[in-house]
Amino acid sequence: MNFSPQIEIQIIAAVVAVACALPGVFLVLRRMALMSDAISHSILLGIVLAFFVVEDLASPFLIIAAAITGVITVALVELLHGTGLVREDAAIGIVFPALFSGGVILISRYAGSVHLDTDAVLLGELAFAPFERFSVFGYALPKSLWVMGGILLINLVFITLFYKELKLATFDAGLAAALGFSPVLVHYGLMTLVSVTAVGAFDAVGSILVVALMIAPPATAYLLTDRLSYLLGLSALNGIASAITGYWLARWLDASIAGAMATMSGVFFLLTFLLAPTRGIIAIARRRVRQRWQFAQTMLTIHLLNHEGSPEAQQERRIEHLDEHLRWAPSFAERVVRYAERQGAIQADGGDLTLTEHGRQIARDGLSMSETSPDQRSEFAIS
Amino acid sequence: MELLHNLFFDYTLRTVAQGSATLGIVSGALGTYAVLRKQSLLGDAISHAAWPGIALAFLLTGSKAPLVLVLGAAAAGWIGTLFVMGIVNTTRLKDDSALGLVLSVFFGFGLVLLTAFIQKMPNANQAGLDKFLFGQAAALMERDVKTMASLGIIALLIMMVFWKDFKLLSFDPDFGASLGFRMRWLDVLLTTLIVIAIVLGLQTVGVVLMSAMVVAPAAAARQWTDRLGVMVLLSALFGAVAGVSGALISSSAARIPTGPTIVICISVIVAVSMTLAPNRGLVWNWIRHQRNRRQLRVEMVLDDLYALTLQHEDLEHRHSVRVLNAMSAGRGGAKRSLEELEARGWAHRVGTEWALTPKGLAEAKRLAEMRGN
Repeated sequence: MNFSPQIEIQIIAAVVAVACALPGVFLVLRRMALMSDAISHSILLGIVLAFFVVEDLASPFLIIAAAITGVITVALVELLHGTGLVREDAAIGIVFPALFSGGVILISRYAGSVHLDTDAVLLGELAFAPFERFSVFGYALPKSLWVMGGILLINLVFITLFYKELKLATFDAGLAAALGFSPVLVHYGLMTLVSVTAVGAFDAVGSILVVALMIAPPATAYLLTDRLSYLLGLSALNGIASAITGYWLARWLDASIAGAMATMSGVFFLLTFLLAPTRGIIAIARRRVRQRWQFAQTMLTIHLLNHEGSPEAQQERRIEHLDEHLRWAPSFAERVVRYAERQGAIQADGGDLTLTEHGRQIARDGLSMSETSPDQRSEFAIS
Repeated sequence: MELLHNLFFDYTLRTVAQGSATLGIVSGALGTYAVLRKQSLLGDAISHAAWPGIALAFLLTGSKAPLVLVLGAAAAGWIGTLFVMGIVNTTRLKDDSALGLVLSVFFGFGLVLLTAFIQKMPNANQAGLDKFLFGQAAALMERDVKTMASLGIIALLIMMVFWKDFKLLSFDPDFGASLGFRMRWLDVLLTTLIVIAIVLGLQTVGVVLMSAMVVAPAAAARQWTDRLGVMVLLSALFGAVAGVSGALISSSAARIPTGPTIVICISVIVAVSMTLAPNRGLVWNWIRHQRNRRQLRVEMVLDDLYALTLQHEDLEHRHSVRVLNAMSAGRGGAKRSLEELEARGWAHRVGTEWALTPKGLAEAKRLAEMRGN
């Protein structure tokens, strides 16, 4: 089973992206996105220390040591925060630079004996991934595909097995504790998952871009859906899309693949941020504009209905009069009238405004709305 | 001794130490506000976001003059901050996701710029841009330090001019707004100053570790004081000490990078502050805790003795230590507390029996009344 290196790189990139996106969903939901930043940096120290012990960069012991360092980082952050002397964000900002600095100093100090180079750690290099191959059951696939495939499998199994626990602990930690699931256990389980994933992805994309792959796809998906299962699926898809488009962007520009993947994940977020159907800022802006005109139209029809058939109607229905009565500037009044006319709510004949049957209905709806209970009103406003 | 000599007479070391000290002072002082306003990790996002700005500034101007790069970094850092604020204000994503997103995506974009364009330039001019990742303090020149110092002094002067405004912004922005201060504008100004502080340090400490220089000195200073003025001064001092000692340590042996060493130094200062600082420090806390417990035990034994005394006509009636021990069971016995009572003159001992003194009786009564019975 041999694909061209091109295809292989894309497959590895996609597998890395999905493996990162799945635990990332829970990080985003649990407001711990920056734990990924902390973990992905401090595992460097674990890798270096483990290397001094086993003196073999390919040893799986390195991954285990790094994952343990990740969990220790989380514990240290919580310890610092738990003293009540610093806030959680400050605790994160103190712990991971210290551990990461330790790793960097050790690498530079013993640069001769470690084939780790700090740039590679930060940036990763996917382009070389197909060269290092590893054979299992006769399939000679790139080693990083085996590693990341395994990690992806672990993530999938963990999330499937503990789906309901994760969901409960994420959305209602109190209830989870009351029902006998330990939120602490779920928390550390998740953090172990994040650490293991970060270690695996570290090789391919480097420590900073792991953060992009963990946070950007779930953040994007979170703007599109309210269901956890869809969120997981969409994040995975988005991760794959970032990986593939990132690969081609990198090829086109002859640039770093990891950097291009992160850039594309950012582009997808930006597009969603602007264009998402209900939560995108364009949709929000359009909704606000529409509500403004609709509200003005309702005001106008109520005003007209109020005076319909009364002696002063002749005067009240004049467009110039709206300025005095509704405190609308003439230009605004004119635009509202034109809007209401287009909607078929009124007929404007010269400056004389007459309600249509549709307009009377709008006015009556508007009036009855002000008499209904507040919840019904808000329901109306959303629809 | 030789190190100290070098600090003043070795050109490279002196420059590095001056640069590190400047960065420590500026980021320490301004970091105080970031920490107080719960924006500790904004620095992380700004410093990563600055990285594509450096690359773009270089690409557009072809110049590596520190001022050009600093301006590019500041502009990009600012745009990153705007994105974070925009995402937090308009979506349901929280600041942690917004920060993580901005820092990693901007960094990735910077990496694309570096690999796609800058590293392909034919001239050797581009060398050294990637040193912004970890900083390269050894490459600091006197003119870099001058740029850093002048920008830093401007930032600190602005901070002093707006001292009470920033204080208001950090502790009670709503009250400030009600007084008619333009809080939004002040927020923008303060964030700009923090961006400047971060950008100043990129050349020395690098993109990755700069956030520590914003958070750590302020977090350490916070342990020693409750006053803003003292905290800013202490934070600047800690930053400077870490900068100079980091520079000294890394010059003392081969292949110790300056930036990470400075971060380790400031981390040590944080650890010491958290354990030893009076009032808030862990040791102090522990001692206070012990003292409170002992005081509480003494009062309980006094209370027990009082309860026994009340059961007898004779107020001088003596009670066996065994009874008292039984009453304090589970609290480690009554012996030490009784000795403490004796030392205070509240109880006296006859053989193995104890009785309240008149003074102790009055004290026990007072305590009982204080508890409302």
